[in-house]
Amino acid sequence: MASKQPWLNPAVALGGLAPLALLAVQGAQGELGANGIEFALNQTGLFALAVLMASLACTPLRLVTGWTWPARIRRTLGLLAFTYAGAHFLTYSVLDQGLDVRAMAEDVLTRPFITVGFTAFALLVPLALTSTSKSVRRLGFPKWQRLHRLAYVAAALGVVHFVWRVKKDVTEPVIYGAVLALLLSVRVGEALRKKRALAAQRTA
Amino acid sequence: MRDKLPPEPPGSEVTPEKVYLRRRELIKNAGLFAGTAAVVGGGLYLLGMKRTRPMDGFVPDAGQVAQPVAPAAGAFDTTEPRTPYEDITTYNNFYEFGLDKNDPARRAHTLKPRPWTVVIDGEVHKPQTVDVDQLISSFPLEERVYRMRCVEAWSMVIPWLGIPLGKLLERVQPTSFAKYVAFTTLEDPEQMPGQKSPVLDWPYVEGLRLDEARHPLTLLATGLYGKQLPAQNGAPLRLVVPWKYGFKGIKSIVRISLTREQPRTTWNLANGREYGFYANVNPAVDHPRWSQASERRIGDTGRRPTLPFNGYAEQVADLYRGMDLKRDF
Repeated sequence: MASKQPWLNPAVALGGLAPLALLAVQGAQGELGANGIEFALNQTGLFALAVLMASLACTPLRLVTGWTWPARIRRTLGLLAFTYAGAHFLTYSVLDQGLDVRAMAEDVLTRPFITVGFTAFALLVPLALTSTSKSVRRLGFPKWQRLHRLAYVAAALGVVHFVWRVKKDVTEPVIYGAVLALLLSVRVGEALRKKRALAAQRTA
Repeated sequence: MRDKLPPEPPGSEVTPEKVYLRRRELIKNAGLFAGTAAVVGGGLYLLGMKRTRPMDGFVPDAGQVAQPVAPAAGAFDTTEPRTPYEDITTYNNFYEFGLDKNDPARRAHTLKPRPWTVVIDGEVHKPQTVDVDQLISSFPLEERVYRMRCVEAWSMVIPWLGIPLGKLLERVQPTSFAKYVAFTTLEDPEQMPGQKSPVLDWPYVEGLRLDEARHPLTLLATGLYGKQLPAQNGAPLRLVVPWKYGFKGIKSIVRISLTREQPRTTWNLANGREYGFYANVNPAVDHPRWSQASERRIGDTGRRPTLPFNGYAEQVADLYRGMDLKRDF
């Protein structure tokens, strides 16, 4: 059966990649301001976290509203988040650090701010690699689902990375943290509801 | 001839019936596709707006300085390429006008740097309250081309105009009790809207030991690139201490007090673990969250090693003889 909204995923992908393309074009032309690398780091990092949280909002949104379209764009959003996290990591490693492996290893191993950011990115790699329907079949859904709960861990680490990066005013990262907590609480609420329903069924 | 119908288009150009019937759906889907893409892209764009790059049109054209200026040729001047005026005046940390680097350039126009009064008091024999232009014009202005290293690991090369602080101190004659110099920024939330938010304990206060303040490198800057200091760079009067991290360079100064005790300085009070009183540039002492071993010169890709005392060790290392700079960072 043909998808009900064949335009949906291509549109999300195009709109999601447009800011990255703009950043690349402006960066190549030196139009990102006095500290273009810092600007690119801030933008790619923020977009990675925002899109990752959007992908985590799909299921809670479906549970709350009953809409089905959020579930259909979840994979696209997840891959977009990985793309931005990858762009963020490449900006750091190539443009900022000039591929100085020693300096980067020291950063990752001794600076918690970078340790958590790097871990968040590393956690997204297996998720991106197992994002295909074939992988879901190969792993079996329950196992695949457990693996992909790592997305929540990655998002939480992303929020911590954001909080530790800020010099003084943590308002913005705290907002992201609060939204993430809200999304997780909808899931926990749903899991508890299911458990109770199951228990009620058994006792009946 | 007149009755002849135009030739029929060949069959290959005829729209298939199935597509003909679906054309409304195709148009609708194309619209939804474009709309959804615009919402997603636009949403991300708006999220990123807060940290947007400096917008065009905020590069100030400050007035030329009226006084003659001794050109830079001193022993302290660096010959490294100067950071462009546009970058120096659009990439600033000046929380009195907002937390983003481009906020000061966009918002500092509310500051009224003239008329401006500076109070010099405390442990001095000749305390004074003086108009800033009167103060500036009573000394010969000097140009100094200094490196500036921010605690955030970026740096610039800036041609300042100003007065060596030591010359001013000589005039007001510190008493024998004077050990430190405390500087205070204007406190006026109407002129400095960032002060309406309690992100720092206003007004901004900075301080130097008296021997640091007297050091010939230490400058009270009144201009840059031969022009008057733009508001976002700390008009009308700011401190420049090139061997220390940039946050020591307090802006828009209204008071200079000589004190017996070490002043309680703003960033040190906000987070003493991360920002010391001395704040000497030191690649061997990392910020707790990031490395200070290297820096990005604004305009460069990649990093360069950070030098002890920001490259001024020869001139200032003696000030700290016998001190443990890892403890007194």
